[in-house]
Amino acid sequence: MDAVFLARLQFGFIAGFHFLFPPTTLGLSFVVLVLETLYLRTKNEAYKKLSAYLVKVLGTVFVMGVATGISLEFAFGNNWAAYSRAVGDIFGAPLAAEAVFSFFLESVFLGILVFGRDRVRPKTYRLSAFLVFLGAHLSGLWILIANSWMQTPAGFRMEGGRAVLDDFLKAAFNPSTVVRYVHTILGGWMTGALVALAIAAWLVLKGRSADKAALLMKPALAIFAVAAVLQLGSGHAHSVQVTRTQPEKMAAFEALWETADGAPFTVFGIPDEKNERTLFAVRVPRMLSVLVHFDPNGRVLGLNEFPKEDRPPVLLPFASYHLMILLGLAFIALGAAGWWLLARDKLLSSRGFLKLLIMAVPLPYVANELGWIAAEVGRQPWAVYKVLRTSEAASAVVPAGNILFSLVLFTLIYALIAVVGLKVVLRTIRSGPDGAAPGTPKGAA
Amino acid sequence: METASFLQNAWFLLIGVLLAGYSVLDGFDLGIGVLFPFLAKTEDEKRSLLGAIGPVWDGNEVWLLAGGGALFAAFPAAYATVFSGFYLALMLVLFALILRAVSLEFRAHDTARKGLWEAVFVASSFLPALLFGVALGNVVAGVPLDARGEYAGTFFTLLRPWPLAVGVLGLCVFLLHGSAYAALKTEGPIRERARRAAKVLAGLVFAALFAAFLLVLVLFPHMLDRAPSWLMGNAVCLFCVAFLIVLKKGRDGWALFFSSAVFVGLWGVIGAIHYPNLVRATDPTLSLTVANASSSPLALKIMLVIALVGMPLVVGYTVFAYRVFKGKSRPGAVGY
Repeated sequence: MDAVFLARLQFGFIAGFHFLFPPTTLGLSFVVLVLETLYLRTKNEAYKKLSAYLVKVLGTVFVMGVATGISLEFAFGNNWAAYSRAVGDIFGAPLAAEAVFSFFLESVFLGILVFGRDRVRPKTYRLSAFLVFLGAHLSGLWILIANSWMQTPAGFRMEGGRAVLDDFLKAAFNPSTVVRYVHTILGGWMTGALVALAIAAWLVLKGRSADKAALLMKPALAIFAVAAVLQLGSGHAHSVQVTRTQPEKMAAFEALWETADGAPFTVFGIPDEKNERTLFAVRVPRMLSVLVHFDPNGRVLGLNEFPKEDRPPVLLPFASYHLMILLGLAFIALGAAGWWLLARDKLLSSRGFLKLLIMAVPLPYVANELGWIAAEVGRQPWAVYKVLRTSEAASAVVPAGNILFSLVLFTLIYALIAVVGLKVVLRTIRSGPDGAAPGTPKGAA
Repeated sequence: METASFLQNAWFLLIGVLLAGYSVLDGFDLGIGVLFPFLAKTEDEKRSLLGAIGPVWDGNEVWLLAGGGALFAAFPAAYATVFSGFYLALMLVLFALILRAVSLEFRAHDTARKGLWEAVFVASSFLPALLFGVALGNVVAGVPLDARGEYAGTFFTLLRPWPLAVGVLGLCVFLLHGSAYAALKTEGPIRERARRAAKVLAGLVFAALFAAFLLVLVLFPHMLDRAPSWLMGNAVCLFCVAFLIVLKKGRDGWALFFSSAVFVGLWGVIGAIHYPNLVRATDPTLSLTVANASSSPLALKIMLVIALVGMPLVVGYTVFAYRVFKGKSRPGAVGY
């Protein structure tokens, strides 16, 4: 296996694994902030207990996010040294800014959230919850600035094979930054909120701390349902942006082989890249043109417009993009159903729906990963779109064997973290907001 | 040789400050990690000791990420050469940092395997504490670079005597610093053990300093031609002596101050020897320097603004957090 492929595999794996945690942090820190605010406003101790309960989960998830995030900062130098030399002038600053403006904020104030409840005043505690929330969201902004610059680079010039910064604001707020940020944050809110919802549902089903579970369910459901609806809009805006700025990526998302005026939306199909056709295609005529141009006759560029060596793969972006949309629609339905039950005061007694909420927990994670697969595989063959090819971005001095060796170790260590981390989180959840379940020996939780 | 600009020099200094900040802050929790089995014997003692670092180690480690990020942004060519060149060594550091981060969390909650996670915590504190110095020793001593600035050595090139001596020196200072913090934050038997360890470690730091100095005399006499490095080197020795004096008087806070000073002084020595190099090459004409490995002036300027706005805030709320958790750590007081 060649070094570039292994380096890509490794980056995909460590970034994909890492991205299990930040969305959870984004959403859970939001729920915790809401609970702390409700506690300050109502002085209801139940909110405080709920917040303390979720902070424990947040603490563990955050630590796993930190642990697996360090690898990514290393990876640009380890495996992508040519990339770092070529675009470090622009790409390095957001990474450094992320540490300065958000990692410090998050970790210092999460220390206070987890360990300092009795050491600070309630208002300071709520402020800490806000700063953890802010830190998580700033962290997302800086890293997505970096990523968006790889997708739609701006604000630079090329000098002797190196990208040189011309305009910081243009580079930071390049054409895909804002929409990608909103899309990713909403995905995080849905993820963390569904985790909180499922925890509440589980408590109700077990008949434990039912009063508190009901209190948790409302804000979590509100965040989830509203974010799910907003996500439809942000996803749409993101697709319009991709069509405009990376047309070959949209052509791959839609397996659109030929340019068309009035292009159809492919609901289902199996792209056959070799013969440039889509098998078993189910299409809605003109729908893609309507979606991306608001015009049934709008022109959408097909893959035929682009030289073969500049085209992204089709199957993987197509499949992940479509599955992501399907999941997004399912989330809207789930949120709406929950809202409907809540409005009729039936949410807590609908055991089937509560079970559904628990079973749905993996789905936002799947949707988050699918979105990234679509975005990053769809960016190929470029590391930085039309600036630097992925094949030219890897480290020249690192042999394939070394990458394989580290990949094996990553796999082992991450498997361990996944298993133990999940166990620890589930154990924390099982201890409940009021301590150990009845019948559990004291001290076991 | 190209002359370095103000911005390039400023970033050399700032990265030094970030790395010194990392050594002083994460240094004590790395040191406590290695000393853990010697300092804490009973479960209550272990919880006290972990409680002393639990709320702060994560923020401390961010100093390393900030330093790494700053190196990437300010001197991408040096970052690329070191991280790809020292691949296997840095992977060891990385895996240790990953496991260390989760080990404390898992120890607290995965109670069936407490002993395993303690062992992971100790081992994963030891590796970085040793290897940071080895890596630093290598870029200062010089490594083979080719004309493109790529690393041309192997894994074993990194294991030469002087870099190893710097690694051992670094390890000793991490342990010294950890013992001082443990003494400050605990009471009873742990504090006594920490103080006893600190005395021995101060001696070891002296010995390691002397060994590193002798190796410099023999191998790299060129390192001795800079007055500031002599000055800093002598200051480090004085800080060690002062450390022993205040330790004897039971002034744990001052002991921590002087172990921090030892770290800062050592970074001063390194900076004085190393400037303007970032990665010294065996053939000095190929060295990566602040002048030839840096980002563009605009990028450096933007970064400087980010640092000057951000870091005072960071220092401010870090001080606040340490004040929140000030005082002796007692078992169970902060959740361990």
